[in-house]
This record gives sequence, structure tokens and C-alpha cells, in this order.
Amino acid sequence: MRRALLIVVPYLWLLALFLVPFVIVLKIALSDYNLSIPPYSPQYDPSSGWQGLRDMFAAFDFENFVFLTEDDLYWKAYLSSLQIALISTLLSLLVGYPIAYAMARAPEQWRPTLMMLVILPFWTSFLIRVYAWKGILSTEGYLNQLLLGLGAIEQPLTILNTDTAVYIGIVYTYLPFMILPIYAALDKMDGSLLEAAEDLGCSRLSAFWLVTVPLSRNGIIAGSFLVFIPAVGEFVIPALLGGSDTLMIGKVLYEEFFNNRDWPVASAVAVILLLILVIPIVLFQRNQQKQRELDG
Amino acid sequence: MPEKTFEPWNDPTEKPLIEFKGVSKRFGSFTAIDNQTFDIYAKEFFALLGPSGCGKTTMMRMLAGFEAPTEGHILLGGQDMAPIPPNKRQVNMMFQSYALFPHLSVWENIAFGLKRDGKDKATIAARVDAMLKLTRLEKFSQRKPHQISGGQRQRVALARSLAKAPKLLLLDEPLGALDAKLRQETQFELMDIQEKTGTTFVIVTHDQEEAMTVASRVAVMDDGRIVQVDTPDRIYENPNSTYVADFIGDVTILEGRVTPVDGGFDLAFAEDQPAIYAKSSQHLASGQTAYLAIRPEKVSVTPEKPADRRNVIRGKILDIAYLGNLSTYHVALPGGQIIKAQTANTRRLANRPFTWEDEVWLSWTDTAAVLLER
Ligand SMILES: Nc1ncnc2c1ncn2[C@@H]1O[C@H](COP(=O)(O)OP(=O)(O)OP(=O)(O)O)[C@@H](O)[C@H]1O
Ligand SMILES: [Mg+2]
Repeated sequence: MRRALLIVVPYLWLLALFLVPFVIVLKIALSDYNLSIPPYSPQYDPSSGWQGLRDMFAAFDFENFVFLTEDDLYWKAYLSSLQIALISTLLSLLVGYPIAYAMARAPEQWRPTLMMLVILPFWTSFLIRVYAWKGILSTEGYLNQLLLGLGAIEQPLTILNTDTAVYIGIVYTYLPFMILPIYAALDKMDGSLLEAAEDLGCSRLSAFWLVTVPLSRNGIIAGSFLVFIPAVGEFVIPALLGGSDTLMIGKVLYEEFFNNRDWPVASAVAVILLLILVIPIVLFQRNQQKQRELDG
Repeated sequence: MPEKTFEPWNDPTEKPLIEFKGVSKRFGSFTAIDNQTFDIYAKEFFALLGPSGCGKTTMMRMLAGFEAPTEGHILLGGQDMAPIPPNKRQVNMMFQSYALFPHLSVWENIAFGLKRDGKDKATIAARVDAMLKLTRLEKFSQRKPHQISGGQRQRVALARSLAKAPKLLLLDEPLGALDAKLRQETQFELMDIQEKTGTTFVIVTHDQEEAMTVASRVAVMDDGRIVQVDTPDRIYENPNSTYVADFIGDVTILEGRVTPVDGGFDLAFAEDQPAIYAKSSQHLASGQTAYLAIRPEKVSVTPEKPADRRNVIRGKILDIAYLGNLSTYHVALPGGQIIKAQTANTRRLANRPFTWEDEVWLSWTDTAAVLLER
């Protein structure tokens, strides 16, 4: 009985927070655009009973999905999102790994403080922090003022409203998700393994590649997915920091919904995005499972 | 077995392989190794023996290059080791915690050091297979360290450190997790390897019997200091202090004042007991406090007073520890001191002549006991 309850609760959770919204979105995606409130048809009228339900299903079609393949804006936006997410993930790894490594090597009494510093940004609103980057990156921003003041550049750099600003924004925002799993993996590592590697003829550097990196592999994978998955659908960062030519599917989705008010196409975009992300999510889950088995 | 003639430490022309020269190691204000000077010779099987925390692992880590001496020098083949990093030393260490690579299979763990030397595939495979065979791990070669038992892990660690056939092999408690039988077999295996390869071994152990079995010399440590370095038999028969006598094997120690007589000393250890006599070449002043250490197996237990011995004491059996092949008697003297005596059980238990509370006579020869100053 208690076991059944334990199993049922998470499934109810999943049902309420994932499956139900997904079915609603899928239904809209299969509907047609219509000048009405809400702006699509068919609408299900509970008073029409069984026949009404049959009519509704009969009216469903894949037009919107077909439309996505016809206008190359969409697949370009998907590809560009995947590319931006991938590059951002690599950059986060490049920045995050050394930070996690330094944290794991720091004296014991320092670690809680360092951990705190990594988590601290979450204490203010994400939106405010992204806005703050506008102030830093703009032509008259702090960064340009500093570089001009130091004499490093003659002309202010144009960073804001470019892809570079989007990369900076994504790396900044999701860095903690990269650092924490890698730190957890490195922290668990037994220091005598490196000594053993050196004892057996490794230099410091080759011991790092042959022992430290493989042992933090699961942390790297977990961190990469935690950055990649939300980055693909990211909307706020490209909207605030990116330029007009920064193509990301999150932005397209927003414009479909709010500018064109074409809910069915927007829903179709969302459904496809989810299907694309199912693959990395499943891979991520598999990685976590493997990690648990290794720990357990 | 090391032959009787293998005694490089007695040969002044022999150059030691390892020289510790006034080596100290401090962690902050804590002194883990305190100004030690000693030599280890090539092809030795040198055992470090001592209680937990006395500095055995620290000594090994300095040899392997993971810790630098705070003071003094360590020389390997006459060369100061200080500037040489661990990966450039012809020294391999088996870690007390094994330190097996969890992401590599048993096979890959053993091959790790060989691959770093850039040996070709066939040579590596042959060597790894030989090591697997030696440690009887063939069946487990494809498993990961977390998929094998503690004793098997210990053998992997041993195989990995042996694989590179180093000049000097450091074994930190190599056999602790093995059962008695496998442990004994591995001990003989180690001695065999040592003889075949001529590798110098330094082995740390808690187990004095193990040290006695395998070692050419045993160093008994206490609190960062080596108290005595000697061959196993001399450590056992001629300990230089009550600490060593007590640490190695079973012993009864009696404290008393000495009077020189007949090329030895009488030791008065209790008011109501006759003095006991031990032959000794020690230089002790008359009336000085000294200690007499006597091994249980050198004390005979008889129901009647033996006529022909100088050291005879009467007591009552307090306890009998039956060890299978041996029995140890704890005999209480009227003054409360307890003397341990051991006899071989050549007869079946039922025919044993003594039982609890029996009055017996203990006796030993003039040379059986060792007189110690401290
Ligand atoms: N890195 C270190 N920092 C501070 N103290 C240390 C350090 N390493 C060892 N010590 C101390 O030095 C002493 C000797 O340690 P060591 O590990 O050499 O003992 P050991 O003889 O190997 O003991 P065991 O038989 O339990 O393995 C211990 O008291 C230990 O606490
Ligand atoms: Mg130790």
C-alpha cells in the first residue's frame, strides 16, 4: 500500500505538470488558426457530448507541422538554436571545469564559501541579471569604458545585440549548472589516485587526462545537459542581449504566440522543440542512472 | 628464504641502496619522523613494524616522493632524491588504500604503468597476464575494482605495483585484507619474486609474524623513531628495549634491581621471591633498576620442583589459553606478578597434566632471559 502510494505520487506529479500541459499544447498544435477567443478551432464544448468529441478529433490535422517544413525560418531557427546551445555548452565547460577543479582543490575551510559564491547569483532575479549585462556590454557600457580607459581599444566594441552577447549571457546564466555536478564528481575523487598515477610514471598533466578527466566524466555529461537543454529553448537572453539577426527558436515561438497570435503554429513549434529535446533528456537520465549505480 | 650469508649491513665495503641521513618530517608542529639515519641495502626485504600512527606510511611516502623530508636527505644509489619527482623514480608503491583506478578494469589497472613506459602491446599483454597469474586474478581481469572483493582488490594493487619490476618496491600493508592461508601463500610468493627479480622491498606491516617471515631485517618503530633495526631472529632473541621485546611476540617483563654475579646479574623483583639470575654482558651498576624479558616458550612448567635449574619459581595457574598446537599458561606468583609459560601440546587435551588453580613450578635457564636497561 505504502509502496503503491510512493510510486503513484511522482506519477501524479508528472501527469499534472507535464502530461496535461503537453496534451493541451498538442491539441492546439493540431487545431487551425481562427479569429476568435481563444484564437483557434475546433473548441471542445462539453455540452455537445460524445458527438462533439468525435467532431473535434475529425477536425484535427497536421497542417501546422507541415507548415513548419515549408517555411525555412523554422528549421533554420531550430538549427541555429542547437548550434548556439552547443557552443554555449562547450564554453561553459571550458570556463566551468577549471572553476570546479579549483573549488575541489581549495582548502577544506574555504569550500562552503566558494560554493556559496557560485550559488549567490540565484538570489536575484534572472531577468535583472540579464538586464545588468546590457549595462555592461553596451557601447557606452562598463566593459567598453574600462577597456577604453586602459587604452586597450581605440573604438568601443559592439558586443550588445550580437551573438557574442548571447553566448556571454547563456554561459553566465547556466555556469552554476555546469560547475556543481563537476565539482561533486571531483570532490569525491580520492587524491591518492593521482599519486598512484604519478607513481606509475605519469606526469601531472597526463595524470589529469588519464585519471581526473575520466573520473569526472559523469559530472561533465550531467553539467553539459543541464546547460544544453534549457539553452536550446532560451528566449529571454536572445531577446534582451541578441541582435535582430540572432535566430533562436525560443524567440520565434514568442513571436508566433504574441506578435502573430498564431497559437496553433506556436504550439507546433513547441511540440517539435520538445521532441528534439527528448533525446538529450533521455541521455541525461541514463547518465544519472549510471552514476547512481556506480555510487550505490 | 634469505640465505644466512646475505648480510650486506655487516659488510663495510657494501654501498647501501637507500640512505636516510638525519631525516625528519614535520606536519606543522607535529613531528611524524624524528631525525632518522639508517640504510637499506640492495635486494633486502626490509620490514617496517610499529603501532598505528608511528610514521610507517610517512616513511614510505618520502621514499616514493610524495612527501619531502623537512630536514635531512634521502639517497637512492648515492643520489639525493629530493629534486626527483615521483614519476621519474624507479620506485613503485602499493598504497595502503590500494588507490585502484575505478574507471579502469583490473587488466587496465595493471597495464597502466607499463603503458606509460611506452612498451609495445605484446610486451604489455604478456607482462599483465603474468601478473594476473601470479596474483590469481585471471578470472577477474575484465572486472572493475568495485566489482571484486577487498582481498582481490589488494591483489590487484600488488600486481600493479609489481608490474613495472621497479628497483625498489614499497608495500604498505600489502596483505592485511587476505585470509590467513592466502596471506601465507602470498608471503612466500613475495619472497620468491624478491629472489627471482632481485628487487629491493620495503614492506610496512602491523603483523609481526609477517615481518618475521619475510624480512631480511626488521625495523621496529615507535613514535617517529626506529627503535631497533635487526634481523628477525636478533629482534626476537636480543631486543634492545622492553618496547621491542613487548612489541615482538609474547613476553613477560619483570622489573627489579640488579646485583652483578658470575658474569651476569641477579634481579630482585619481589620481596618474597628469590632473585633470578640471567647471564648478560650488559654493563649495569649494582642496585640499578633493570628489566628482565623472558619469552613464554623458554619457561618450563613442572608439577615437581626441578633440581637442576637456578631460576625456579612457584606459582598457581590462573589461566590457560589453548592455541591448538600450543598452550599458554598464565601463572600467578604469590606477590601478584604473572609469568607466561608456553608448552607444546604433544598429547591430546584430555591427558594434559595441568588445570586451573594447580600449583606448579616455573623454571628457566641462565641464558633464557634478556636483561634490559630500559
Ligand atoms: N598530511 C598529514 N598532515 C598531518 N599529519 C599527518 C599527515 N600525514 C600523516 N600525519 C600524521 O603522522 C603520523 C604518522 O602517520 P603515518 O600515516 O605515517 O602512520 P602509520 O605508521 O602509517 O600508521 P598506520 O599503521 O595506521 O597506517 C600520524 O600521527 C598522522 O596523524
Ligand atoms: Mg600507514
